Amino acid sequence: MTELLLSALLLAYACGMFLPLCFLSRPHIQNVIAHGLAAVAGGLGIVLGLIGLLGPEPLVLFLPSSIPLLTFSLRLDSLSGFFVLTISLVGLAVSVFASGYVREFYGRIPVSLLGFLYNGFLLSMLLVVMADNAFFFLIVWELMSLLSYFLVVSEHEKPDVRFAGLFYLIMTHVGTAFILVTFLMFYQETGSLAFEAFRNGEQPLPEGLRTLVFWTALIGFGAKAGIVPLHVWLPYAHPAAPSHVSALMSGVMIKTAIYGLIRVYFDFLGGPFPWWWGFVVLLVGTVSALLGVMYALMEHDLKSLLAFHSVENIGIILMGVGTGMVFYAYDMPHLAALGVIAGLYHTINHAVFKALLFMGAGSLLYATHTRNMEEYGGLLRRMPWTGLFFLIGAVSISALPPTNGFVSEWLVFQGLFLSLELPSLFLKLMLPIAAALLALTGALALACFAKAFGLSFLALPRSSHARHAQEVPIPMRLGMGFLAGLCLLLGLGPTVVVPLLDRVSEPFVGISITGRMFEMGGWTLAPVSGEFSSLSTPVLAIVLIGLTGLGLGLAYVLGGKGKKRFYKTWGCGLNVTARNEYTATGFVQPIKRVFSTIYQPTVKLETELLEESRYFARRRHFEFTIEPVFLKYLYNPVVQFFSTLADRFRVIQAGSLSLYLAYIFGTLILLLLVAI
Amino acid sequence: MITGFLLIAFQLVLVLGLSPLIVGVIRRVKAHLQCRHGANVFQPYADLAKLFRKEPVISTTASWIFPATPYILFSSTVAASLLVPTIFAPMPLNFAGNIIALVYLLALGTFFLMLAGLDAGSAFGGMGSSREAIVASLTEPALILSLFAVALTAGSANISIIVHKTAILQGIVLDPPPHLMALVALFIITLAETGRVPVDNPATHLELTMIHEAMILEYSGRYLALIEWAAGIKLVIFLTLLANIFAPWGIATAVTPAALGFGLLMYVGKIVGLAVLIGFFECMFAKLRLFRVTELLGAAFILSLLALVFFYILRV
Repeated sequence: MTELLLSALLLAYACGMFLPLCFLSRPHIQNVIAHGLAAVAGGLGIVLGLIGLLGPEPLVLFLPSSIPLLTFSLRLDSLSGFFVLTISLVGLAVSVFASGYVREFYGRIPVSLLGFLYNGFLLSMLLVVMADNAFFFLIVWELMSLLSYFLVVSEHEKPDVRFAGLFYLIMTHVGTAFILVTFLMFYQETGSLAFEAFRNGEQPLPEGLRTLVFWTALIGFGAKAGIVPLHVWLPYAHPAAPSHVSALMSGVMIKTAIYGLIRVYFDFLGGPFPWWWGFVVLLVGTVSALLGVMYALMEHDLKSLLAFHSVENIGIILMGVGTGMVFYAYDMPHLAALGVIAGLYHTINHAVFKALLFMGAGSLLYATHTRNMEEYGGLLRRMPWTGLFFLIGAVSISALPPTNGFVSEWLVFQGLFLSLELPSLFLKLMLPIAAALLALTGALALACFAKAFGLSFLALPRSSHARHAQEVPIPMRLGMGFLAGLCLLLGLGPTVVVPLLDRVSEPFVGISITGRMFEMGGWTLAPVSGEFSSLSTPVLAIVLIGLTGLGLGLAYVLGGKGKKRFYKTWGCGLNVTARNEYTATGFVQPIKRVFSTIYQPTVKLETELLEESRYFARRRHFEFTIEPVFLKYLYNPVVQFFSTLADRFRVIQAGSLSLYLAYIFGTLILLLLVAI
Repeated sequence: MITGFLLIAFQLVLVLGLSPLIVGVIRRVKAHLQCRHGANVFQPYADLAKLFRKEPVISTTASWIFPATPYILFSSTVAASLLVPTIFAPMPLNFAGNIIALVYLLALGTFFLMLAGLDAGSAFGGMGSSREAIVASLTEPALILSLFAVALTAGSANISIIVHKTAILQGIVLDPPPHLMALVALFIITLAETGRVPVDNPATHLELTMIHEAMILEYSGRYLALIEWAAGIKLVIFLTLLANIFAPWGIATAVTPAALGFGLLMYVGKIVGLAVLIGFFECMFAKLRLFRVTELLGAAFILSLLALVFFYILRV
């Protein structure tokens, strides 16, 4: 049954890849086939993911190959099932959205090619989380990276897109190299590349090698996830890609790295960790969360802003997982499970709301043809549905009750607060500080989305693009609406979600904590004990709705008839125009100033004065930039080093064929000599 | 069950009814200290009634966010107030949320208020939202850390349980240094969150200084009434936190008429006392420049952190 489902899934993606190629120069048919089949495959994937999550035994599919060490084996356990579910949920919504969005590209980019890459990308992500052999894993991982690279450079006629693509390609391969090293270390010890052998090695890895594996996996998967300081490619690559691809990359592709980390740390390494592993993961998470949101605040390109928020949210996920690892190291399995569940909960939540927000950004791009927030404004009246869905996404990512982002951040907070049960004084102090920094992150995210939504959708349009914007086609609204609904459902239904996540963490930490997570018949989330902390989002939602009713009632009883007057905004005697409005730059000015140590801003103000009087300016030019600290101090030196090295080696590159033949001949002689 | 609903309903009426009085008391105290006669302490009730009856003006540039915000702000603030025990602990709605839920419920209102400030399209609203963004960002971590420092003593992060346990343990007497530090931190946060001098000035409409008033500048009629009421309720929430976490004396822990009556009396007394103190503070200090506020809030954060450190060090 499951094999049949899997075959149908693979077939759907394969047809989605190749069928559109048969309808040359019929972009609309290509579009419908490619994205329709991707949506069908998404639906099948949801079922498959649920089977993986709920099935009593992991499902293993073993396909041998003629290449040594390589087997095309797939394994669907609860962790894989969870990620298959996440990818498919987002894949379904994004495919529906894409069938509308891709119309934008008719005649510019071959839709059949786009559909081929898109379906292949989705398929490779599914295979990554199901692969059960290191060799096979690396092949599909590389496929995922390459296909997403090709998708990023879809609009390769633009130079900045080509740069973003190259940057992404290099960074992702640095990551892949480290993952390769990780797996080779396992291979050296176990003599096999099957994950099964890594998992149940005859003897555990030596201590030094374990530590090395910890670091290489963190760097390798971290480069894909976008942890600070390996995050620099995200704000280039995600905005450069077509918006539906950005939604997939930011929503789910970077999550495959979270999958990899959990797989390696909890599944392969297992056993007791040293406590500092968890602490390092927590630290990396906290720094990523805080710096991610801080750089997001300074972005006025909506898609770059969202890309930086991915850095933030990956940080929050790692805070949850890191907390779990700390507790695991101290042999507190129930709290370890809490941390991992919090991280996983935030993983699916972030996938849902980030894909939603990227689709929202795509809709704005579709309607206005610009990504610059300073040129938006007044779009809520022109695009009411997009606005509503974007608002739901913004409220969720700002972790406001009763949405899904709030529930998962709340769980991360509980894990950090329960540090009071740890024996180490250092960690007892550090975890609450991490909680306070998470609160700062949350508050800054709130400010950032007040800016993103407020300046894009409210007040008067700031450009003619925004003035002439129109609501996007129905398929795009459907895709966004589906995820907006999921944001609310995941927020109101921790009762359903947490037991599912518990099935994922149970094999790794050893115990199930569903029985200790709930009180009042499942209505209240109470991690470990209701005496310590509890939360009931359904009750909060009911209370909020009831009290809104009370507010309306009071206004009616005390105020009588609801007469209103509409009049233009008071502009001190002048007519209010878009030029009176606050700009995005102005909005974040206080934050930039308070955190100037981090931003290192440089402000340039040039004033050209009138000749007649020094008191009047003819023209003013204002420019501000923030220091790209990581690029300047970490990346540029490396790039510089390699450029210099390449310069040195240039002398042997004369470009003449006979010289190269001589090189080959010389090498051959040398090798023969060595062989003897 | 019935008792629970009755207690919730009673608390709802109490908070809604008491908040204008507290605003009135602060204004009266300030007037006295500034050698003015000042309005009656019940004046805010009349103001609210008047505002509700007035016809609201809505900007033609605004979207549906503008008229929806007052209701969202009102409901989220009142919902937050139901998590905080006033005269009886633990509150029946205790299970619905802990300190994090309280902070984020208040943030929900702030978020929409910031949006509404931007919606009308005038520069003042944007200015208010922008300033609120930085003040809220800096208060939130300090607030969570100071509440957590207190939560440690009680071994719970649910506000009702914290109050209930401190009431039984006689509050501040138990862990004096951490509690005192958290108290000072929470007092500073109260001034910032409720828009009081030295962070903001509720009595000004000067564009150089206003924060909260700038965000709500375009509101009138019943919308303004709801926002003003919500602001009063937020003030009551913070005063209740100060009063009941650090001095829970007299709070009822059993549902008997005598205990509840005594609890009510003590509660109103404590809250009015704190309101007088706030009024006193507002007259004693000048408003800080916006970029000096960060130092004040930084101090609150450091104090909460020290409270945490001292809690563990004294326990070792």
